[in-house]
Amino acid sequence: MNEEWCLGCHLCEYFCAFVNSGEKYMPKAFALNRQNVPNITVEEGDRINFAVNCRQCDEPLCKKGCITGAISVKDGVVTIDTEKCVGCFTCILSCPYGAVVPNKEGKAAKKCELCISNGGIPACVTNCPNRAIVLEEVY
Amino acid sequence: MPINYIYPEYEIIRDKNKCIKCKVCVRQCSNEAHTYDEELDCLYEHNERCVNCHRCVALCPTRALKIVKTDHTFRENYNFTGELINEIYRQAESGGVLLSSMGNPKPFPVYWDKLLINASQVTNPSIDPLREPMETKVFLGKKVSKVEFDENGEVITKGYPNLELSMPILFSAMSYGSISKNAHEALARAAQELGIYYNTGEGGLHKDFYKYGKNTIVQVASGRFGVHKGYLEAGAAIEIKMGQGAKPGIGGHLPGEKIGEDISATRMIPQGTDAISPAPHHDIYSIEDLRQLVYSLKEATNYEKPVIVKIAAVHNVAAIASGIARSGADIIAIDGFRGGTGAAPTRIRDNVGIPIELALAAVDQRLREEGIRNEVSIVIAGSIRNSADIVKAVALGADAVYIGTAALLAIGCHLCRDCQSGKCNWGIATQREDLVKRLNPDIAYKRLVNLLTAWNHEIMEMMGGMGINSIEALRGNRLMLRGVGLNEKELEIFGIKHAGE
Repeated sequence: MNEEWCLGCHLCEYFCAFVNSGEKYMPKAFALNRQNVPNITVEEGDRINFAVNCRQCDEPLCKKGCITGAISVKDGVVTIDTEKCVGCFTCILSCPYGAVVPNKEGKAAKKCELCISNGGIPACVTNCPNRAIVLEEVY
Repeated sequence: MPINYIYPEYEIIRDKNKCIKCKVCVRQCSNEAHTYDEELDCLYEHNERCVNCHRCVALCPTRALKIVKTDHTFRENYNFTGELINEIYRQAESGGVLLSSMGNPKPFPVYWDKLLINASQVTNPSIDPLREPMETKVFLGKKVSKVEFDENGEVITKGYPNLELSMPILFSAMSYGSISKNAHEALARAAQELGIYYNTGEGGLHKDFYKYGKNTIVQVASGRFGVHKGYLEAGAAIEIKMGQGAKPGIGGHLPGEKIGEDISATRMIPQGTDAISPAPHHDIYSIEDLRQLVYSLKEATNYEKPVIVKIAAVHNVAAIASGIARSGADIIAIDGFRGGTGAAPTRIRDNVGIPIELALAAVDQRLREEGIRNEVSIVIAGSIRNSADIVKAVALGADAVYIGTAALLAIGCHLCRDCQSGKCNWGIATQREDLVKRLNPDIAYKRLVNLLTAWNHEIMEMMGGMGINSIEALRGNRLMLRGVGLNEKELEIFGIKHAGE
């Protein structure tokens, strides 16, 4: 996240919610007040804005707190197994970045998994109009 | 409240089926043409504030927006058009001079589109630039008239300082102030990568950009903003701006509200004061006076840098150019009446000056007749729109071209021509921090590099088609041009034949 270039346009949020909605047509994904919650949130300040999503921590606190072992780290990506998740939301409370949220149904937690199941390139990265969000491998 | 006579020029059309109410339009419009009502969960359009810059259209994720010209109309009148009527209403309301930006949009002839380029068939071979060497490199500056050798065959003639360009294109003078710092950075970095030059304009050189000095032309204009020894030494060449195509005969005015900390330091004037460039240089009232400034600048930089004199294309441009060539200038830049600007009085922009095509042909012809064409290079400006315009310009005698509007288009300008408001939604013609950051130079400079790389390739293709493998062999080669739909006088000035001849 290069906050220098973040315009606070919030497009990342909408594209995130869209690609994770399973819909093929963007207007449909947001029709009828469907509660598509994005995995990325833009924090707005007076002169600076930035988008926050999961930092993919090496030793994630959400994983540590998970009571059912639903959270694991695969190839550097922190993922939630919705089958195992019981919706206790301990992970939401323990994430210091506020990057974990309840899913639409409110029965399990969800978070940014870098769009690995949506083609591999995060939608927030490809759709950021000012290249403020970039995907870089950190060793 | 007085009656508002003016109906909005554009209408914002929102497809309610497609709109997802993400409000990106609300957030991105600096003119506040979109607003959101929380109580009714509804978006409103304020057409009277829309300048048709397409920022909302381009960022709308579902393409739910478009801007249309209003079909609201006055009673048909060929003489008093709706535009003229509205201008009278505006002046009757404000009592002020009408201001406009960018180039003259009026339907004067575009001579580039009446010139056609030749190609080889049967009797002489064309050249494939992908397989054979092709040279678009140019040198700008005074050329030696005779080369002398010593007894060992070594060249002993000393040349004059020249600018070396990888292609016959430079970025026009656009000051820091008229355009944003990020726009300047994009131009500077693109010039460096391409091996060409950008021009500081009259606003001085920001301290962060001295590192691009090798690819910078520093301008000295009538306001002398930001001019000091280090500035002159930083650039590869120095340009004296006598005139500008968009507003020949008048000066410039950067309003005080745009003179923030950075611009004030760069221009060397107090914060918040208006930056006024006088119409003339008050020390130049003749060619002899111009010569003094040319040589003062050469003296100050140890005769190491070529000096450019930039003028607007006006009625006696050939005679003026001849005088400039004799003043010691190394390069003459001529800016045609379609040249852009960050702000100019509308009446001047639309009615003063002459087309660059005619000015170029006249100047090149005159300098050749007087035997002084080798004393100066000619750079033209004032609406070069594509690579074909460049090929035609070179064939008419130009050494290189300045591009300003085309360069800004490449980095996002949508030619809404509202630069004077300082609220450019694309982060180009603004100094508002939140708007400037919309132009990421990493993206913008790459787009400039892409554009010019593509143009250079197209120039090579056209040269190859003519069987010419060096841009030097195209320069002033007017046999490569034919006119269509031009009268005898126009053909005479261009020095070309009509198509079919």
